[in-house]
Amino acid sequence: MDLNYSAEEIAFRDMVREWLRANLPAGLREKGGAYDHFTRDELLEWHRILARQGWIAPAWPAEWGGTGWNPVQRYLFEEECGYAGAPALMPFGLAMCGPVLIKFGTDAQKARFLPRIYRGDDFWCQGYSEPGSGSDLASLKTRAVRDGGDYIVNGQKTWTTLAHFADWIFCLVRTGSADEKKQEGISFLLVDMKAPGITVRPLMLMDGGHEVNEVFFDDVRVPVENRVHDEGKGWVVAKYLLSHERLNTARIGTSRRELDRLREFAARQPKDGGWLIDDPRFRDRLTRLEVELMALSITNLRFLDQLRGGRAPGAEVSMLKIRGTEIQQMLTELMMQAAGPLAQSVAALGDAPDFDLFTASLAPRYCNFRKTSIYAGSNEIQRNIIAKMSLGL
Amino acid sequence: MNFDYTEEQRLLAESVQRFVARDYGFDVRKRIVAGAAGMSDEVWRAFADLGLLGLPLPTQTGGFGGGAADMMCVMEAIGEALVVEPYLPTVGLGARLVARAGDDVQRAAILPAVGEGRMKLALAFTEAGSRYDLGRVATRAARTGDGYVIDGEKRIVVGGPMADRIAVTVRTSGEEGDPQGVSVMLVDPRAAGVTMTPCRTLDGLRACDLRLVGVRVDAGARLGPEGGALAALEEVVDFATALVCAEAVGAIRYANDATLEYLKTRKQFGMPIGAFQALQHRMVDMVISYEQARSMACLACTRVDVERDALERRRVVSAAKIKIADACRHVSQESVQLHGGMGMTEELKVSHTFRRLTTIAQQFGDADHHLARYAAG
Repeated sequence: MDLNYSAEEIAFRDMVREWLRANLPAGLREKGGAYDHFTRDELLEWHRILARQGWIAPAWPAEWGGTGWNPVQRYLFEEECGYAGAPALMPFGLAMCGPVLIKFGTDAQKARFLPRIYRGDDFWCQGYSEPGSGSDLASLKTRAVRDGGDYIVNGQKTWTTLAHFADWIFCLVRTGSADEKKQEGISFLLVDMKAPGITVRPLMLMDGGHEVNEVFFDDVRVPVENRVHDEGKGWVVAKYLLSHERLNTARIGTSRRELDRLREFAARQPKDGGWLIDDPRFRDRLTRLEVELMALSITNLRFLDQLRGGRAPGAEVSMLKIRGTEIQQMLTELMMQAAGPLAQSVAALGDAPDFDLFTASLAPRYCNFRKTSIYAGSNEIQRNIIAKMSLGL
Repeated sequence: MNFDYTEEQRLLAESVQRFVARDYGFDVRKRIVAGAAGMSDEVWRAFADLGLLGLPLPTQTGGFGGGAADMMCVMEAIGEALVVEPYLPTVGLGARLVARAGDDVQRAAILPAVGEGRMKLALAFTEAGSRYDLGRVATRAARTGDGYVIDGEKRIVVGGPMADRIAVTVRTSGEEGDPQGVSVMLVDPRAAGVTMTPCRTLDGLRACDLRLVGVRVDAGARLGPEGGALAALEEVVDFATALVCAEAVGAIRYANDATLEYLKTRKQFGMPIGAFQALQHRMVDMVISYEQARSMACLACTRVDVERDALERRRVVSAAKIKIADACRHVSQESVQLHGGMGMTEELKVSHTFRRLTTIAQQFGDADHHLARYAAG
C-alpha cells in the first residue's frame, strides 16, 4: 500500500496548478471568492478558456476532444480547479448530455451537438424533475405524442437549474401508454428552448437567489431526429446519465479551499479580546471537519484507484455524494457561526457604501447549501442506492 | 408542580392565537416584510389593545406586572406566525431595562408610552469586536458638563430603524473588556451625530448599524448607575433570551406540523412519503427535539422571573439556550430536507421558519457561547 501520488501524477498536478495560476482570470476567482452569483457570460467565459486549452471535456473520447487522462488525473485536474477557486463548470452539457450523445446518439446528433457543447456555443439545462416526480423520477408525466415528423410535448418540468440561461434542454418525456411499467415508455428528447410553447418561470429560493425554474411545455413541436436512443428507451439513457451525474460530487478541492478560507476568516473574528481561531470549542469543530474531509479525500482516492483498475463505479459514488455534501454544508454553517452576531444582517437598505457584503453573504449561503443534500438524488435516495446495490437489503 | 397556564395566561394565549390566526397570516406577513417600514402600525396598535405591550411592565406605570412565564404564550404565537414587529426589542429588552434600571422620571416618561404603543425601543449592545459578550464595550461616553458625549459604533441593532429611543451600551471608564465601567445611555436616533444604516436580517426583520460621533446626551439619559450597568443588562438580556426560547418553541411547532403534513400528503412511489420508516424516525426525532426544547423554555421562563441569584439564573438560561440552539438547528434543517426542493423555496412558509430558527440559534449567543458560560459556572 502506498498512499502517495506517483512522480508522474505530481508532475501532472503541478503542471495543472501552474496553468491555472496563469490562466484563471482574477475577476472570476474574486467573484467566486465573494460568494457572488455568476452570470451566463461569466460561466461561459471560463468554459471557453478551458475549451481553447483542450481541457474542457477530459472524459470524452479523444475524437470528440477528450484528453485521455486516467481517472486519477481527471480527479487531480478537478481538485486543482476547485482549490484554485475556478467557477464550477455547468455539468448539463459536458457531463450529462455529452456523455449520453457519445453513448447513444446518432452520428448526425453527435456531429451537430458535441462540438457546440465542447466550445460552449450552447448553454444546456436538464428537464428531469416534475412537480409530482422528484425522488420517484420514473413517475414523470410530461407527454410527447407523435405527429408526422415531430413530437408534440405537453407538461411541466421543475427545479430546472439555470433554464433562464439555457439554449437547449434535454428532457425525459412519456411516449408510451399508461398501462406499461412506469420505467418503460419514457423517451429522451433534446428541445430547443426557443421553440414556441416553452415558458420559463423562476422559482425563488430562500437565499433570494434565482437558480432554478419551472419550465412549461404547451404544444411544443420537437423534431423526431432530436430523440436520443430508441423511443421508449429513455430510462436506460436516464440511468446512464445519473451514474455520470454522481461521479464528481465529493468536491474535495472546493471544500479544501473553503476550509482554508474558514480558518483565515476565524483568525480575523474577535472573541474575548483575542481571536475566534484560538477558542477551543471552535477549534474542535474546525478540526473535526478537517479530519472528515481528510478521510473523504482518501476514500475518494481509493475509489478512483479501483476505477483505474477497470472496475465500474457502483454505490461508492453515493457515499461520496452524501459525505461530500455534508462537508460542504458544515463549511457554510461554521462560516456563518464564525461571523457571530454580525451574520444576522443580509442586506443594507438604502445607501451604504461601507456595508460588509461578504459577511452579509454567509447566512444566505448557508441557506442555499441546504439544497446540496436534496439535489442530484437526495441523500435519502443515495442511502437507498447503497442499501440496495451494495448491501442487498 | 404545575405545568398548566393559569386562567389568565390561558385567556391571553387564546386571544393572541386568535389574533395571529386571523390577522397575521403568511400573506400578511409577506406584505409587511416587503413594505418600506418593515412593520405594521395596525399590528402594533392591536398588540397595545391586547395588552401585550405592557404585559411585563410594572403596574405603577400602567403595565400588567407580568413575567416571562406570562409572556411564553405570546412569544410562542410570535414564533409560530413569524411576527416581525419589534416586540422583543421594545418590550423584552428596552422597556424591561428602563423598568429595571431607570429612575422614576425615566420610567414615567417611557413605560406608559410603550404600553400604549406610542413609543418603540431598541437595545444597542453588539459591536464589531463584542461577539456575544455584553461587557465587551468599546463605544465611549465621556462626561461633559451635566451630560456625556458618546463616540463609537454599534452593529445589528434589531428594531433600531423603527425605534424612538435606543438604549446604547457605552463605556464610561476602564478598558474594552472590563465588566466595570459599562453604562447605558438612552439616545434619540435623530440626535445630531447619529448616523443610522438600516439593514434587513436573515429572518426578514429590520436592524441597523449606528455610528455615534460626538453625540451629546444629558445626565438624565443615563439608565442606572454610571459604570455599573452590566448586572442589569445581563439580567434583562437573560430575560429576553428566555423569551426567545419560547419563541423558538412556537416556530419549531410550526416547522414540525408543516413537515408532518407534508409527509402525510406528498406521494412518491405510489404512497405518502411518510410511509417510509427512514422518514418516520426522523420525524419522531424532530418531535423529541420539540418536547425537549419546550421543557427548557418552560424552565428558563419560570426561573428568570423568580431567581434572585444571578449565577443560578445565568446557568439556567444558558442551559435552555444550548438546548434551544440545538433544537433550532436540528428541526430547521430536517424540516427543509424532508420537504425536499419545496422546502428551499421562498414560496413556502417553512423556509421562512428555517431562517427565523437559524437566527434564534445564534441570537444572544450561540450554543458554544452558552456552553462556555454554563461551564464557567
